[in-house]
Amino acid sequence: MSLLVVESAGLQTTVQDFGREGFGVLGVSASGAADAVALRLGNLLLENKPGAPALEMTLTGGTFLFPDGAVICLAGANFGAQSEGKALELWRPHAILPGQRVALGPTRDYARCYLCVAGGVGVVDFLGSASTHLLSGLGGWEGRALRKGDVLQIGKLEKNIRRKRLRPGILDTLKPEKKLRVTRGPQFDWFTPEAQRTLTGGDFAVSEESNRIGLRLDGPRLAAQVTTEMLSEGAPMGAIQVTPSGQAIVLFVEQQTTGGYPKIANVIGVDLHSVGQLRPRDTIRFEIVSLAKARELWIEQQELLRSEERLFV
Amino acid sequence: MQFQAASDQALLVYLGEEIGAATHERVVRLLRLLQREPVKWLRNIQPAYCSLLITFDPAAVSHSEVQAKISDLEKHAKKLPAAKPRLVEVPVCYGGEFGPDLEWVAEQRGLTAEKVVELHIAQTYHAYFLGFAPGFAYLGDLPKEIAVPRLETPRKEVPAGSVGIAGRQTAIYPFETPGGWRLIGRTPLEIFQKEREPMGLIAVGDQVRFRPITRAEFLAAKRP
Repeated sequence: MSLLVVESAGLQTTVQDFGREGFGVLGVSASGAADAVALRLGNLLLENKPGAPALEMTLTGGTFLFPDGAVICLAGANFGAQSEGKALELWRPHAILPGQRVALGPTRDYARCYLCVAGGVGVVDFLGSASTHLLSGLGGWEGRALRKGDVLQIGKLEKNIRRKRLRPGILDTLKPEKKLRVTRGPQFDWFTPEAQRTLTGGDFAVSEESNRIGLRLDGPRLAAQVTTEMLSEGAPMGAIQVTPSGQAIVLFVEQQTTGGYPKIANVIGVDLHSVGQLRPRDTIRFEIVSLAKARELWIEQQELLRSEERLFV
Repeated sequence: MQFQAASDQALLVYLGEEIGAATHERVVRLLRLLQREPVKWLRNIQPAYCSLLITFDPAAVSHSEVQAKISDLEKHAKKLPAAKPRLVEVPVCYGGEFGPDLEWVAEQRGLTAEKVVELHIAQTYHAYFLGFAPGFAYLGDLPKEIAVPRLETPRKEVPAGSVGIAGRQTAIYPFETPGGWRLIGRTPLEIFQKEREPMGLIAVGDQVRFRPITRAEFLAAKRP
């Protein structure tokens, strides 16, 4: 058994995998990595399963001691990781010797950095997933964000890791974007023509009050022309719901599974990982695409993400 | 039955337009059929008052293919025998520290606190769906006489087991979470327990009744 000791946790560090989709009937949302693309690539570089549990750090990382050593890979945002005074490059495996530390600082670009370890982080599954659901305190490590002094188990290294690298250009193709593509939401027609135009013409800023449940957007208000009270209904991940005051909220991985606010649009599947890399005060824009286009992009991205040859050299 | 694309991976199926037993019966029948014959592309089902949100794998099927499959299933749903609803009884200690909004509700509706409790326990509620948090069941219909709006600013922390009301609905908070419903009491029962089978005390389609208990009974039930 190998261990990982949390010497400092960072702003919000949780254990995440691909989440537990499929329990809406119980009122349980999927949770899971905010940037599932980064998690997948980080794990694949270690020859882990693509959704092996890893640490998801938010805006500022922590310091972690590996008493038994480990092989790690950092993926996603650049948190200026170091080990024993040596900078650790993103997107490549690093051997950490017994007793060495990995220290991360504030972000230099995006919102979330994943610390993947060969063999994965070991926690007790809840409904088939290691993901932490913070609101309900379920899953992950004791259902909460990590704290100083926590000692987690990590997988034991059983094989030599083949030295593979990301193919040049892959990170450009999969780069998190600040222009998010959306499809029309089920209540798109409830909004005034002006609000419909503003959605794609306006600049929106990610508010400080944003988290894994949802991202609140500051900026232009979106007025509805239909004001009848809506019956609560299921809301997909990435739904852009609008409050009576006209504020847009993007529902995210730990979302409420149902909602009673009208939804003007929905972020498309291939752009959800970009949402996970948005920081407070980032400016974002929306572009409407057709369902057919979104589907085409999804199939294309899935094929790329499942192709060893296209991802790695 | 009406369909509406909700996202590039999700389709809303509307089975009616008004909250009520008849429409919800159709929601539950379709839900049961989908659970019984799981289809490979199906990723999640989220029932609500009058609708089901179907999340699917767009690499495998398109919206129109999902729509065709659901239309087909719905025909069979009508033949499905009605499920016998389970009755769940929930003991609640009303008012005081456990129900900080009880007096406010009474005042708003020109009733005594006792009358509010009497009306709350007189009803057998229907569990329409679970949402907000794991195990949080939307129960209806709350008697008109005690319907009140939500708090304008939600509380940052609502204790687990709190019984709230909002509009024509009532619910129990399974965990300590933020919450905007008016709190009238608290139950000592564990609403959602991951070691239990089933995890949730209340499931979609259940009937729920509330029974008043004293503070002493509440504390005794809480003792391990």
